[in-house]
Amino acid sequence: MAGENPTASEYIQHHLQNLTFGNHPEHGWSFAHTAQEAKEMGFWAVHVDSLGWSIALGALFVWLFRKAAVKATSGVPSGLQNFVEIMVDFVDKSVKETFHGKNAVIAPLALTIFCWIFLMNLMDLVPVDFLPRLFQVVTGNEHAYFKVVPTTDVNVTLGMSLSVFFLIIYYSIKVKGVGGFLGELTLQPFGKWMLPFNLLLEGVGLIAKPISLALRLFGNLYAGELLFILIALMPLWVQWVLSVPWAIFHILVIVLQAFIFMMLTIVYLSMAHEDH
Amino acid sequence: MNINLTMIGQAIAFFIFVVFCMKYVWPPVIQALREREKKIADGLQAAEHAQKDLELAQEKVAKQLREAKQQAAEIIEQANKRANQMLEEAKDQARTEGERLITAAKAEIDQEKNRAKESLRAEVAALALAGAEKILETSVDAGAHSNMLDKLAAEL
Repeated sequence: MAGENPTASEYIQHHLQNLTFGNHPEHGWSFAHTAQEAKEMGFWAVHVDSLGWSIALGALFVWLFRKAAVKATSGVPSGLQNFVEIMVDFVDKSVKETFHGKNAVIAPLALTIFCWIFLMNLMDLVPVDFLPRLFQVVTGNEHAYFKVVPTTDVNVTLGMSLSVFFLIIYYSIKVKGVGGFLGELTLQPFGKWMLPFNLLLEGVGLIAKPISLALRLFGNLYAGELLFILIALMPLWVQWVLSVPWAIFHILVIVLQAFIFMMLTIVYLSMAHEDH
Repeated sequence: MNINLTMIGQAIAFFIFVVFCMKYVWPPVIQALREREKKIADGLQAAEHAQKDLELAQEKVAKQLREAKQQAAEIIEQANKRANQMLEEAKDQARTEGERLITAAKAEIDQEKNRAKESLRAEVAALALAGAEKILETSVDAGAHSNMLDKLAAEL
């Protein structure tokens, strides 16, 4: 907890505020000192903590897997290679079950999504005050905002789901052509005389994909994080009674959400490849 | 919940990580997996092949063993036959040799007997002559009566 004893709502709000660096209309490019300032920065701001952790964890994933990939042999695998192979095999199987076309991007994309989101979600299991407090001590700023779980930041989940969305559109057009893609949007399910209605229906369906993808992950992790914060407000002697079961249950949520994001990405891209 | 540049940054990072994974992580690992799959398949096939070979070899060994046993039995039988034959031959030989020896001995005995008869005869002739001399108290001319004496001796 930061400095003097804050009220419960202050504590929660402090925990839900990102470390924001952006262009403030009055102070120029600087770190936001309050939630209000962060809001005033508008679009031209970066959540340094979210982005930093997400890139660090992504780099960790890439480094770990690259390390195994360099040494990968067809001989007897050991340790890290074993683990990496299990992950790769698992993703490969999931992709093959769902996606029947030929595409060299989807499997590595799915692997990256699964591992990266899993690692980002995993940060949720670090005690809520541990890393923020450490950061405050290191920087000497008792009021510094610091959120360590990137997937509780809707920007992060949206960034990923929108990338997937662009891939969906890209492959739809690549496989079916512009005409085919537009036809799919406008000429079904009711034929060409209901064109506006079809467009509305299919358009909503298309837009809903990235939004639901992002908000599902964000919502699950945000709720999980919030529960940990609430538990942290309890007296010390009762905290572990609640936080341990919740953390154990949360392990399931973490893996499940990473898996769902990966699976839905594969499904969406496989739909983009299919001609009706 | 401010939507801001973080989203763009995340998308860029996402893109970079995916490209890196696609280029440098996925291919070597999946290649190693495929290779191992092939290796294992080959190994299993080789094992199956070896098993078959082993069975064939065992069959061959059994057959050869059977043949060898048969051959050995034949050889032993032949050897026995040959031994019997040799024994018979030796017996025959011994028998003929014995017979030959017996006839030779008989001949010798006959010869000895004849010689003894001969000398006995001569002695009897002399004895008869001496007896006749005593009886007649005259000398008998052995020369004059030798014909008669010889006749006498031949009758003995």
